[in-house]
Amino acid sequence: MTTLTLGGGRTIPARYVPVLVTACLFVAMFVVGGIRYDGFATGQVVLNVFVDNAFLLVVAVGMTFVILTGGIDLSVGSVVALSTMISAGLMAGPGWPPYVVIPLVLLVGSTLGLIMGYLIHAFEIQPFIATLAGMFLARGLCYTIGTESIPIDDPTFTAFAQTRIDLFADLWISPSVLVALVVVLVGAYVLHYTRLGRAVYATGGSEQSAVLMGLPVGRTKITVYTISGFCSALGGVLLSFYTLSGYGLHASGMELDAIAAVVIGGTLLTGGTGFLFGTVLGVLVLGLIQTILSFQGTLSSWWTKIFIGLLLFVFILLQRLFSTRTRR
Amino acid sequence: MEAPAPILRMSGIGKQFPGVRALDGVDLRLLPGEVHAVMGENGAGKSTLIKVLTGVHPADAGDIELAGRSVAFGSPLEARQAGISTVYQEVNLCVNLSVAENILIGREPRRLGRIDWKRMRARARELLARLELDLDVSAPLSSYSLAIQQMVAIARALDVDAQVLILDEPTSSLDADEVDRLFGVMKRLKDEGIAILFVTHFLDQVYEISDRMTILRNGRLVGEFLTSELSQVELVAKMIGQELEVLDKLHGEAKVFDRPLVEARELGRAGAIEPFTLTIHEGEVVGLAGLLGSGRTEVARLLFGADHAGTGQVAIGGEPTPLRTPRAAMSHKIAFCSENRKTDGLVPDLTVRENIVLALQATRGWTRPVPREQQDELVGRYVKALRISPADPERLVRDLSGGNQQKVLLARWLILEPRLLILDEPTRGIDVGAKAEIQRLVAELSSGGVAVLFISAELEEVLRLSHKVAVLRDRKLVAELPNDDALSTEVLMETIASGGRDR
Amino acid sequence: MRRLLWPVLILALLLLVNVLFTPGFLSVQVRDGHLYGSLIDILRFGAPLILVSLGMTLVIATGGIDLSVGSVVAISGALACLQISQDAGVFTAVVLALGLSVLLGAWNGFLVAGVGIQPIIATLILMVAGRGLAQLITDGQIITVNDPAYKLIGGGYWLTVPFGILIVLVVLAVTAFLTRRLALGLLIEAVGGNAEASRLAGIRARGIIVMVYAFAALCAGVAGLMISSNISSADGNNAGLWIELDAILAVVIGGTSLAGGRFSLGGTVLGALIIQTLTTTIYSIGVPPETTLLFKALVVTVVCLIQSTAFRDKVFHRRRPVALAGPATEEKARVTA
Repeated sequence: MTTLTLGGGRTIPARYVPVLVTACLFVAMFVVGGIRYDGFATGQVVLNVFVDNAFLLVVAVGMTFVILTGGIDLSVGSVVALSTMISAGLMAGPGWPPYVVIPLVLLVGSTLGLIMGYLIHAFEIQPFIATLAGMFLARGLCYTIGTESIPIDDPTFTAFAQTRIDLFADLWISPSVLVALVVVLVGAYVLHYTRLGRAVYATGGSEQSAVLMGLPVGRTKITVYTISGFCSALGGVLLSFYTLSGYGLHASGMELDAIAAVVIGGTLLTGGTGFLFGTVLGVLVLGLIQTILSFQGTLSSWWTKIFIGLLLFVFILLQRLFSTRTRR
Repeated sequence: MEAPAPILRMSGIGKQFPGVRALDGVDLRLLPGEVHAVMGENGAGKSTLIKVLTGVHPADAGDIELAGRSVAFGSPLEARQAGISTVYQEVNLCVNLSVAENILIGREPRRLGRIDWKRMRARARELLARLELDLDVSAPLSSYSLAIQQMVAIARALDVDAQVLILDEPTSSLDADEVDRLFGVMKRLKDEGIAILFVTHFLDQVYEISDRMTILRNGRLVGEFLTSELSQVELVAKMIGQELEVLDKLHGEAKVFDRPLVEARELGRAGAIEPFTLTIHEGEVVGLAGLLGSGRTEVARLLFGADHAGTGQVAIGGEPTPLRTPRAAMSHKIAFCSENRKTDGLVPDLTVRENIVLALQATRGWTRPVPREQQDELVGRYVKALRISPADPERLVRDLSGGNQQKVLLARWLILEPRLLILDEPTRGIDVGAKAEIQRLVAELSSGGVAVLFISAELEEVLRLSHKVAVLRDRKLVAELPNDDALSTEVLMETIASGGRDR
Repeated sequence: MRRLLWPVLILALLLLVNVLFTPGFLSVQVRDGHLYGSLIDILRFGAPLILVSLGMTLVIATGGIDLSVGSVVAISGALACLQISQDAGVFTAVVLALGLSVLLGAWNGFLVAGVGIQPIIATLILMVAGRGLAQLITDGQIITVNDPAYKLIGGGYWLTVPFGILIVLVVLAVTAFLTRRLALGLLIEAVGGNAEASRLAGIRARGIIVMVYAFAALCAGVAGLMISSNISSADGNNAGLWIELDAILAVVIGGTSLAGGRFSLGGTVLGALIIQTLTTTIYSIGVPPETTLLFKALVVTVVCLIQSTAFRDKVFHRRRPVALAGPATEEKARVTA
């Protein structure tokens, strides 16, 4: 239905279909929610999804880069936790100021990503295993710093956490949402308008072809894991704004949420196809599921996981159908 | 007409791989504005020659001159920058990217570090216009046919100032219209003065498009010829070569075969082999002759159920029998030794013993293991009978030489005691001794009542062993010839060359 | 058996460190008719991991991977405890739990072999949804059971030996029998080693793949019973959390390549024991237990680097073998080996 023929008039390009499906899903969920629950159909409900999931959105942006190259990053949740831990630890203990702590945290996250990327590229270690080691390492570092939750009472952090940016008509967002949106826009720019971004797509499409076309595949792979490390660290900083604490158990299993958001957003797990905008929609869908469940009240929280699993199944099946159709 | 100075000259090229002399003193010259075909059977050294030229492999001996200057490329990228672009058989592009990107990625026009999509699309359209193509350059490459993808690859190759364009079997997956289209493009480029090196195994195409050809055989140069001065029969003879010694036919007198075992009626598969009809009798050796890519392997795969047949049917012992899977074929005692022993035959990490018993075990299912004593007995018997060396059944198959790997594969099927044994190039790339052993074995099997479908690029071998020969050309079964006194390699070559038209 | 050399050495080294720090480490005594000792503890606490790893070994040997085993552990424990708390017999509870596990495994196998989804993605679905299912079964509560017969599975003793160890021995024996005495192992290795060649040799790869995923889930189900029985309760959220990662790690340490093909049950058992001993060692030498994960990260990295051809070439300055006539296939075969 969406395959194109030379010179023929074309319908919606096949590559936009998954994103459109996700968008329709989001709208449908919103409409159904609005009909069923009082006070659901407001702009603030959507904005709250952003407020509550800003950190996940940032992490998912990094994950999108990695998955677009055909890789995977299991370490993101642990790096998020490590970032909250380092932030809280350094501010609570030696009392370092935030403008030193935050760059340091971002540097640590990026470095971890860089090392994993290097292992994957230089020694041909499977991304799954290399980032699994990174996951253990980051989580282990968390517990080494401390096993208890460390509260953050730095005035800058608390101020940032409590700030509401008022939009029109009683709608508001948090500063974290702005940060997340900036990350999304920068990410989309890089993917679409720079050679790095196009090399990411080419590597994911066919690594062998990319090498033969003379693209810097190794450097691209290392870079995406570094980006993912950076995004995870930034997500950790946003999470510590949100929770005002550092804790080694934070963001447990978040790598799965991030992967799910990317897949539901229409990005192929085999790489090469997908859009950051889809990932944004994926995060929104995940967030809206939680919102609906909280409005419903009688449905328990574990339904979230079951729904996410079901959605994953549907989208993976959809992708499977597409890939068999486009590959001859 | 005075020939212009060659743009490219390769002389005395030699290349040695462990155990194989891939190229030995090969010369090649390319003139600007010509289409030059490189011809040769499998293992003749065509692809090695191209790889040496484009810097994939360094040459062990010989010189390469480009436009009068001596060159040696360290990588395909260097060759490309010097003006030698290659388009491979499998399109090496990213189908998920847009047409424009595939042409220009890595060299995108930019403004302030930002990719200028508008200029990029315009540039891509320009390049395609040179090939008389008008595509939607922002559509993903995957939305176009393989032929168009091939053209896009050529457009990419031409973006740098290419003087030499190498097309390595570009037509093998294209249909007739698509080939015409490609040839149109090639003629245009030729008129622009680009030298095109064209590798294919379709004879008609060579005669349609090429001006001259260089023929290789077994890594050596046979010669350079003007296409217009070399007949198809001569070409086939030169590609296949003739061994001087005349060997006796192994099967003795012509026998009468009246018990049909496997009958294929109008069996075919789109894009692989046109519908053919072929009857194989008990105890009969049927040879398949034809050049590489003529559909030999495809016939074998259909008869073994390795591929689904699109049309026609198979009868076994008179009963119509669908062969949808290899298992189905095996249950009728059909066995198939693939030409590609590495990818389609052996499991390299398993031992000789395990590889030999694999098919037998598969027929029994996992719950009924072949008892170890029986395994050792069977394996021991065949290791000895086929003289597999080293004669250690616990050695990993990956460590064996090609000939011995081939024998392991043969042994796997022989212990199943097949009624029809399909052998696809069983003697390729193995030494003379092993070759004679395998030939003898085929003759023995045949006198024991086993039917054999024997595929080989070497016509002598086919003639020696077969009771009848089916000739294939351009994916069509063109003739079926009884192996009587009148049949000779010359007749076979003529049939291949003419496509059976004048018979 | 050169392949088992490294795991054996690492395990021996770990045990040696323990002996140095805890002199009586190797002693095993009989107390109250039960076997006691650090070695017994390692085996007892490592039993669930060994079980899950055995199943994982067969999956990985076919060239696949199963991320969902942790969720299956939770589901199986949850269903069994729910049944027992509702006064069903222990036998019924166990049969139901294991039956469900096999069904879930077959589902994974169907997605991989039937639909043709990449294993890592196919099993991700159940990994995510399975935790929710487990909590659905327990209704989000931690179900506590108090049934002596059920307690036996994970916490009991039989003929002085902890029951969990006996279960592991039985499963190990059955697996070894199926794969090495019967022909399952050969067919699995053939499918994982060269799928196309296996098809042309007449192997029914689909059936084997479905069976292997079902078996992995069955092992996970047994491990789930063991874990919930040991703590007398089912926790849908935390039971078997991250056990899939440890299991994959155990398989890799045991010398089975993630690319599929040859597998080693003995290596996997060693790998699982190394992981368990590592935890014990960290306790016994007085390093804070929080750092276990750091050591694990170190072990994963070192083991993978040792197995990486590229790493060995770079570090030991070995020249890559010269490409033969078919360079592409030759190289690829070597990399995936």
